[in-house]
Amino acid sequence: MVSPTDSTLQIRRTDDGSLRIALAGAWSIQQGLPPAGEALARLKAEQGITSLSFDCTALTGWDSGLLTLLAKITEICTSRDITLDKSGLPDGLQRLLALATAIPEREGARKTTVRDPFLVRVADATFNLQAGAREALTFIGDVALALARLLSGRARFRKAELFFLMQNCGAEALPIVCLISLLVGLILAFVGAVQLQMFGAQIYVASLVGIGMVRVMGAIMTGIIMAGRTGAAFAAELGTMQVNEEIDALQTMGISPMDFLVLPRMLALTVMMPLLCVYADLMGILGGLIVGVGMLDLGGMEYYHQTVESLSLTHFWIGLFYSAVFGVLVSLCGCLRGMQCGRSASAVGTATTSAVVTSIVCIIVATAIITVICNVLGI
Amino acid sequence: MPQPEPPITVSDLTMAYGTYVLQHDLTFTVNRGDIFIIMGGSGCGKSTLLRHLVGLKEPAKGKVLYGSTNFWDADPDERDRIMRRVGILYQSGALWSSMTLAENIAMPLKEYTSLNSGEISEIVSLKLALVGLAGFDDYYPSEISGGMKKRAGLARAMALDPEILFFDEPSAGLDPVSAKQLDDLIIQLRDSLGSTIVVVTHELASIFAIGNNSVFLDPDSKTMIAGGDPKKMLKECPDPKVQTFLTRGATFHI
Repeated sequence: MVSPTDSTLQIRRTDDGSLRIALAGAWSIQQGLPPAGEALARLKAEQGITSLSFDCTALTGWDSGLLTLLAKITEICTSRDITLDKSGLPDGLQRLLALATAIPEREGARKTTVRDPFLVRVADATFNLQAGAREALTFIGDVALALARLLSGRARFRKAELFFLMQNCGAEALPIVCLISLLVGLILAFVGAVQLQMFGAQIYVASLVGIGMVRVMGAIMTGIIMAGRTGAAFAAELGTMQVNEEIDALQTMGISPMDFLVLPRMLALTVMMPLLCVYADLMGILGGLIVGVGMLDLGGMEYYHQTVESLSLTHFWIGLFYSAVFGVLVSLCGCLRGMQCGRSASAVGTATTSAVVTSIVCIIVATAIITVICNVLGI
Repeated sequence: MPQPEPPITVSDLTMAYGTYVLQHDLTFTVNRGDIFIIMGGSGCGKSTLLRHLVGLKEPAKGKVLYGSTNFWDADPDERDRIMRRVGILYQSGALWSSMTLAENIAMPLKEYTSLNSGEISEIVSLKLALVGLAGFDDYYPSEISGGMKKRAGLARAMALDPEILFFDEPSAGLDPVSAKQLDDLIIQLRDSLGSTIVVVTHELASIFAIGNNSVFLDPDSKTMIAGGDPKKMLKECPDPKVQTFLTRGATFHI
């Protein structure tokens, strides 16, 4: 085993004010380098040194570790006006040292990290928020213009892609929407059952689950699932296209990326969301039925009749309206973040995360607003 | 329509990202039938200059003229009309990854011509054959190599036989033989179609083989320090940075 202290550095001072550094052993990063701090400190502090030379007769090997040390020594010598005699160093080391010091640092290239004071950071964040809001509004405006072009038949996108996206957002999302809605219905029923059983009113679990799922929970759960599944996908697709300059290529060819990329995605998701919501409602009620029949000993037909009695078409339409709105919001957020994406891999990650978070926040805010409106309208 | 003015004139152009100025006071003219080279050290803003010329980034100051039309002052429809006469080869091809090569090249043809799909696929096959990719019509960009992607991108840039072609580092990543073939193709495009070609590159072999006009951007002084025929620049330009660049460091003095 080679001991890590195999490599040594000794400093000897001669009478005529010159310093001689003797390097011995095998200097290798793998084997650990002896701390040269003391030697460097001495070099920096001692007075009356006019020149520096090296003795490498006992040096058996070297690599970047030694090179780094020599570069530091060179820097100290230049700043203290000490003549450096490199002739004692091995040939290869001398050449590498010359290469490292050949091109001086470009002025202004080094980045300095300055941490702004707190208030400045708050101000910056506020301005960014304002800029972000403006960008979002501009995007919404562009989408509106694209919709206008669509209605007048002038929008240009590939029909095949629209149908492919519909399949992707709709049919392929069915399994996960069904599963999660089933479980949510189950949970709703379970939560209600415990309380209602105390009053012997467990039949009203059917109403609870029915109205809850159909009016709002079906739409919200579908919205959140699609935000994570499809909102993120849109952001990632469009973000990667940005990185690959594909969107630039569309633009310079006179094809509007809005028409070509964003419009089909918005249409596909807005059409598919209500359809998925219907499935979610159904699966939620089924979940409630499982709890009702399994845990509360309700009859299947009993449960069914109670559900049908408590539901009205109004609840159903409101639920579908919610889900259509969520479809617009999720696709809007996904596409917006994708188009805003920077030009690197990490930027795609940021865009995707932001798309999901923004979608979910928008969903919840929209739910609140629509609920208040429904309340005001008395429906 | 023959135009008496040069295809592209750039005057006092300043390129900046916010307050950070990349290059300033760029003034040059691309003449009809030129193979114009934009060159300079790394990070000097060559690709950014290209983006300013094709409508992807607005100049901080200065003008870009296509013929006699001020590009950035024109309305979007006018800019679209100008861009229709332009073809661009992006650095890695920028092929649309969800479409096959044939669909990629067919896109501009479908958009701007009234040809039927049979005629379009004939032209597509021809363009692919011209760049040496005959038979690869139904391949997706992810299924072909980097060099092939570039050639497909070139086929797409040439789809409408444009008057002006922009190439962003066309030989980067190509083996010497492919790079030579690309150079030959560029000269053919100029000779047979009469296209004006602007190339961003730092491949010396290509610069001397095909370039007849150029601009040299310097990242330190952030402006252009030389222009004109690269071979004349090599013989006559006294600036050491230009000489070092054009001789690959043979006369190295900083």
